[in-house]
Amino acid sequence: MPSVTTLLTLSINGQDHVFEAEGRTTLLDALREQLHLTGTKKGCDQGQCGACTVHLDGERVLSCLTLACQAEGRAVTTIEGLAGPDGALHAVQTAFLEEDAFQCGFCTPGQIMSAVACIREGHAGSEAEIREYMAGNLCRCGAYPHIVAAVRRAAEGLA
Amino acid sequence: MKAFSYHRASGLEAARQQAATTDAAILAGGTTLLDLAKCEVARPEQVIDITRLPGLDEITVDAQGLRLGALARMARVAEDAAVRTAFPAVAQALSLSASAQIRNMATIGGNLLQRTRCAYFRDPASFPACNRRTPGSGCAALDGITTNHALLGTSEACIATYPGDLAVALVALDAIIHLGERQVAATDFFLLPGTTPEREFALAPGEIITAVTLPASRAARRSTYLKLRDRASYEFATVSVAAGLELDAECRVATLRVALGGVATIPWRARAVEAALTGREPTPEAVREACLLAMQGATPRPDNRHKLELAPRLVARAIETLLWEERA
Ligand SMILES: Cc1cc2nc3c(=O)[nH]c(=O)nc-3n(C[C@H](O)[C@H](O)[C@H](O)COP(=O)(O)OP(=O)(O)OC[C@H]3O[C@@H](n4cnc5c(N)ncnc54)[C@H](O)[C@@H]3O)c2cc1C
Ligand code: SF4
Ligand code: FES
Ligand code: FES
Repeated sequence: MPSVTTLLTLSINGQDHVFEAEGRTTLLDALREQLHLTGTKKGCDQGQCGACTVHLDGERVLSCLTLACQAEGRAVTTIEGLAGPDGALHAVQTAFLEEDAFQCGFCTPGQIMSAVACIREGHAGSEAEIREYMAGNLCRCGAYPHIVAAVRRAAEGLA
Repeated sequence: MKAFSYHRASGLEAARQQAATTDAAILAGGTTLLDLAKCEVARPEQVIDITRLPGLDEITVDAQGLRLGALARMARVAEDAAVRTAFPAVAQALSLSASAQIRNMATIGGNLLQRTRCAYFRDPASFPACNRRTPGSGCAALDGITTNHALLGTSEACIATYPGDLAVALVALDAIIHLGERQVAATDFFLLPGTTPEREFALAPGEIITAVTLPASRAARRSTYLKLRDRASYEFATVSVAAGLELDAECRVATLRVALGGVATIPWRARAVEAALTGREPTPEAVREACLLAMQGATPRPDNRHKLELAPRLVARAIETLLWEERA
């Protein structure tokens, strides 16, 4: 099967990007390899780790199991789009810094994107609830206690 | 992942026709299809995206029962207040599935059609022998680790476990799968492997799941889903139980519905347990005795024998939970 490409327009962090995509191109590969938005990480590439979490129309999804074509006409938000126009960090980013909620940092963009949605969904009411609703984001460094503390702090700040 | 072309379905009938060709696959949430395409288990040449078809994502609960459009996302159904009240086992099975991200993506129709997590099935490069993937090639699992392989409904050809949670609740509560006009009972939809493990669902080429319905009942309203996992969350079931209960005026069991996940090749209705308690007073001894029948007919392997004891205990816990709720 020859790889057929189509010209695709995706709205990412409020800006339209036009590029050539194959049918099989995942949103994750499009972001990282073609649009050079490398903040979104590729961990497992199989839906198991959450490192590739982005928002589609405001909801958290896994970009490694989403085709770029599926995101057409929908608003994609990545970690690069979280800070304000003046560069001010999002409350969840600040909370991760304050709570030292990472070691190597590889899982962090996914954790933060997931946490922003988790708080917005109203699933950050207790530590147990945060652990359950953040379970889709693995951290090989085991920074979990600090991640939970950061999500709590951000949730309280945003409440 | 092999290259494929991407098509957005223009209508249901067009999607059926496009999907009927052997090299085409329907794409809904993509969390099974793209995963398996990356493993090279699925090798579609054309992918037909049905997620933008209108009218297939509704959730309705009324006096008759529940209707879930095939494109309704797992997260929306799990959080739906009316579903949680009238069909708690359904909402709980979904809440305990996968992760928040996957539940936002995955659809009810795609969920039912998820494929086994058998590690040998998922790795064709290392394990060419798999009857489910390549009929007649053998079964690599028989020489391997089978802790999470099935004890019930197995055949010489295949012992892979059906991994989903929702389907266990649907089989317990007598759901109907709608394929457009055609309707199939959930209990008939999932096929035992027998000599044809490659045939997994009662679905003809090109047929599309349009909805799932469940009849309203007291047992559905008083239902629960319990799931044991090897880690606290974000994991498939080691054993799971969907149960629904209705007591009569004398506090005897009028209706009992029990199905098991994590231990069988299909979502497994435990009719022997249901029959043993129906019409009886559910004393702790009667419940314990009936639950021992949950794994009747099981063919354990050395590394999954523990489930012979684990499953009956979880069934007992589910029934006791419902009795406690009923009396509260
Ligand atoms: C890491 C991970 C953990 C998971 N954990 C769990 C868990 O704990 N419990 C659980 O139950 N599940 C779990 N899952 C499985 C997940 O729930 C399924 O992948 C998901 O529900 C599939 O739905 P989808 O819409 O994404 O399907 P898709 O991937 O889009 O489709 C799945 C299959 O169904 C076909 N299809 C889709 N919709 C239709 C339709 N309407 N009619 C006909 N054919 C159709 C497709 O062609 C494909 O073959 C997990 C998955 C992952 C990746
Ligand atoms: S158990 Fe079934 S799915 Fe797994 S390798 Fe054997 S035949 Fe394949
Ligand atoms: S890279 Fe997507 S879940 Fe791991
Ligand atoms: S900080 Fe290293 S993986 Fe999470």
